[in-house]
Amino acid sequence: MGAETIFAVSSGSPPAAIAVMRVSGPRAMAAAAALTGRLPSPRFASLRTLRDRDGAPLDRALVLVFPGPDSATGEDLVELHLHGGRAVVAAVADALARLDGLRLALPGEFTRRALTNGRIDLTQAEGLADLLEAETESQRRAALAASEGALGAALSRWMRALSDAAALIEASIDYDGEEDVIAGRDDAWHAAVALVRDQMAALVAQPTVERLRDGLLVVLAGPPNAGKSSLFNAMLGREAAIVTPLAGTTRDVIEASVTRAGIPYRLCDTAGLAEGTTDVVEQIGIERARTLAGRADIILWLGDPDRAPVGAMRVGAKADLGETSGCDVEVSVFRAESIDVLWELLAERGRRSLTLTSDIALREGQLMAVSQMVHLLAHSIQQADLLVAAEQLRVARQLLGGLLGQDATEAMLDALFGRFCLGK
Amino acid sequence: MRCSAASVLASELFHVKHYDVVVVGGGHAGTEAAAAAARRGAAVLLITQRIDQIGVMSCNPSIGGVGKGHLVREVDALDGLMARAADDAAIHHRMLNRSKGLAVQGPRIQADRRLYRSSIQAQLRTYPTLRVIEDEVVGLDIGSGRVRGVHTEGATFETTAVVLATGTFLGGRLFRGTERLDGGRIDEAPSKHLSDQLRSLGLPIARLKTGTPPRLDGRTIDWARLERQPSDAETWQMSFLPRETLSPPQLACAITRTGELSHDIIRAGLTDSPLFAGAITGGGPRYCPSIEDKVHRFGDRDGHQVFLEPEGLDDHTVYPNGISTSLSRETQDRLIASIAGLEQTEIITYGYAVEYDYLDPRSLDHRLALHVLPGLFCAGQINGSTGYEEAAAQGLVAGANAAAHALSLDPFLLDRAAGYIGVMVDDLVLQGVSEPYRMLTARAEYRLALRPDNAESRLTGRGVQAELVRELRRGSYRRRQEMRARARDGQMEHVDADIRREVEEDARYAPYLERQASEVARMRTDGDIAVPPPELLHAVPGLSTEMIERLRAARPKTLDQASRVRGVTPAALSALWLHARKTA
Repeated sequence: MGAETIFAVSSGSPPAAIAVMRVSGPRAMAAAAALTGRLPSPRFASLRTLRDRDGAPLDRALVLVFPGPDSATGEDLVELHLHGGRAVVAAVADALARLDGLRLALPGEFTRRALTNGRIDLTQAEGLADLLEAETESQRRAALAASEGALGAALSRWMRALSDAAALIEASIDYDGEEDVIAGRDDAWHAAVALVRDQMAALVAQPTVERLRDGLLVVLAGPPNAGKSSLFNAMLGREAAIVTPLAGTTRDVIEASVTRAGIPYRLCDTAGLAEGTTDVVEQIGIERARTLAGRADIILWLGDPDRAPVGAMRVGAKADLGETSGCDVEVSVFRAESIDVLWELLAERGRRSLTLTSDIALREGQLMAVSQMVHLLAHSIQQADLLVAAEQLRVARQLLGGLLGQDATEAMLDALFGRFCLGK
Repeated sequence: MRCSAASVLASELFHVKHYDVVVVGGGHAGTEAAAAAARRGAAVLLITQRIDQIGVMSCNPSIGGVGKGHLVREVDALDGLMARAADDAAIHHRMLNRSKGLAVQGPRIQADRRLYRSSIQAQLRTYPTLRVIEDEVVGLDIGSGRVRGVHTEGATFETTAVVLATGTFLGGRLFRGTERLDGGRIDEAPSKHLSDQLRSLGLPIARLKTGTPPRLDGRTIDWARLERQPSDAETWQMSFLPRETLSPPQLACAITRTGELSHDIIRAGLTDSPLFAGAITGGGPRYCPSIEDKVHRFGDRDGHQVFLEPEGLDDHTVYPNGISTSLSRETQDRLIASIAGLEQTEIITYGYAVEYDYLDPRSLDHRLALHVLPGLFCAGQINGSTGYEEAAAQGLVAGANAAAHALSLDPFLLDRAAGYIGVMVDDLVLQGVSEPYRMLTARAEYRLALRPDNAESRLTGRGVQAELVRELRRGSYRRRQEMRARARDGQMEHVDADIRREVEEDARYAPYLERQASEVARMRTDGDIAVPPPELLHAVPGLSTEMIERLRAARPKTLDQASRVRGVTPAALSALWLHARKTA
């Protein structure tokens, strides 16, 4: 059992109406007692005032205590249902972090402990986490589709098609000379495999579950002092980044999750891309900005429109100063309606890249497997050597079987014997 | 030493003598088991109901094929009997998949039954530590939780290890129309007592069925009207050992087919079919074992091929491959008469179905030893497989390991990357069977590497290491390894033709083999992670009851094996992995 006691917000990212802070580990009870004074009876929700160590109130929260091993993690577990504001959550997290033997949980650490202590199995762990984090409409749809088996149905359909195709090849190999097989021996399997490849490729092009959950990555980029941080704050409607008239104030990346009109975004304010800076910290910030911009779904470019990265949305950020020619959109942080126009443009692009043409979304891990299958299937069709084609098809079927929890060989043999009259 | 044929085959009783290994059954599994155990140095007793039937081919008179040919070559690479007997008896050669890569070529021969049997018997006589007696084993002597010997009607033989290779004789029951007979083969009695004892031990025993076609009198077949299938023009042999003796003369086979009339006759005869009237309860296979099955399941086909295979040079019996049946005699008569070229043909022996006991092979480990009863090994049809080649390969594994058990040698284990033998054993003991298990190349994930032509390169070295290979082959292997070394350096002179082709084929598939190598490496790494024994599985956190049940049935010893137990989820594997890590 992990000796450390960990804590984290377990109900999605703030801001939200309620944030559930979970504390798990041998010191969970002591930690909760330090904040609340007196612990409620196990499994009974009680309202308590949380205080920091100086006695200053942090929040009025529901407190729940689950002694191990009969808790979600298998360890002593405390839940603090906080009012969801960022400041409150941050203050409670800060108070917990100051206690001996407590640290912030790593991503997925609660689940890992639950798994290690045998409280859940791996598939439950994956589904549960997604349901907990499903915040927006399309995410819920993806989660539901997965749980109701829309993805499973598609995978099964492909498995059948590939099993049939492989059965044609395998019958011609393992039952050479039997007349039933000679009839089926040509490249009849090519078309079926090509169809699966195309359908898989279409799914690979769709946003993943993680992307739907984490939101569209929108990166504000441009030279120093272009007004990125001002715009960032205006878009969030609060002061998140420090804004000063000095170039190079934002030295690192500042990130905020925000949901507008049902679309989740990860909004990132980056250091200005000034060239020739000698400040080491600033250089690191610039490097990070570049990396982030490379992964962005949408770059909001604030700066000379002619120097905008390909595909970036060119924003005239200081419309009130009249420096906006050649831009896609003009905004002024002083005019709220101009910010709304920007959001609408983002939503338009966002819907495009987050829209599922079907109700199926893959997880990142599945996406890797499916991409690999697309590759293998494409190669198998091009292969002149039947054995190598069969081998590529086999690896693809094995990957698919892995996603489905099925034995690919047995599925193929079912197809083989169902289709051909074989055996003497 | 002189262990004369006369004394060995004279059915004398050896009262209360101790053997290292006792093999029950003289079929393809039993003979390979006895020979393999003897090669490893064990004193072996082979007990069979009929000495003259040792090495008998109860069903079709052919050895090899696609997948099966791989097994024959692997058994040969480990100095087994089958390939040499096949070469001694081959009256027709056919290399299947000749136009495809060497990895899936299927060497198959038609054998003269008598020559095959006498080759097996002659080979057994060359083993000085092997004795053969004619008797029926009626029970195992079990004490202190292990096997101590076997009982026959008149004697008890002490031993450290027993290999059961009883074929279809365990609780064997024959069906033909409404006829019912107890037996493992026609006119041969079943082993009833042994079956009862195994059941009483609480071992998981169930029923399977197989069948055989009627045998025809070749003199009454109108050969002139039929399509002939000649033997291969190119000569090749099953065994890697160079031959001094010439092959027997080659015969052609012929092909005919059933037609709509035949199918009408079959449909009309289904009312007295034991298969369709529900008399046989044993699990049937997905593939078509009988002509009635083919007609029933593939009603749209207007005919099914029948291969007419001669059973021997001076034997006029013909085996009509493709029409295995348990329909009544009258229906069989009408069916044969409905087939082109067979209108006047007489049936010598009618076809029948056999239902027999088999042991759920998941109760065995990779040595083919029973988990719960140390010293008891099983091979062949008793493990739910079908086919001579499958039986022989298991016999070799069981015999080699029975000897290891008795003599405290290292177990002889082959994994899935080592050969088809490894694939089959792994499939059997981890997956179990729901139909008679037949070797298919589609079951081998490392198919590109596991070729019939390179079995010697893959396995003989391992065999030598395990002292499973006798002097004659050791010498031949050494010489041929030197040729391989030269051939790989591009020096092709004085290199055997098959080795030249082997080295060329290696190069052709090298890029794909490299990719598979990483798969093999991962498999072998997971092979080092232990899975707790069944009684400790409940202590593994996160394993559902269902997963525990599945793992209990198959008893995987390593994480790699567990990954191949049907229905075991990635989550369960993670739980096992976490547990192994925590307890390491």
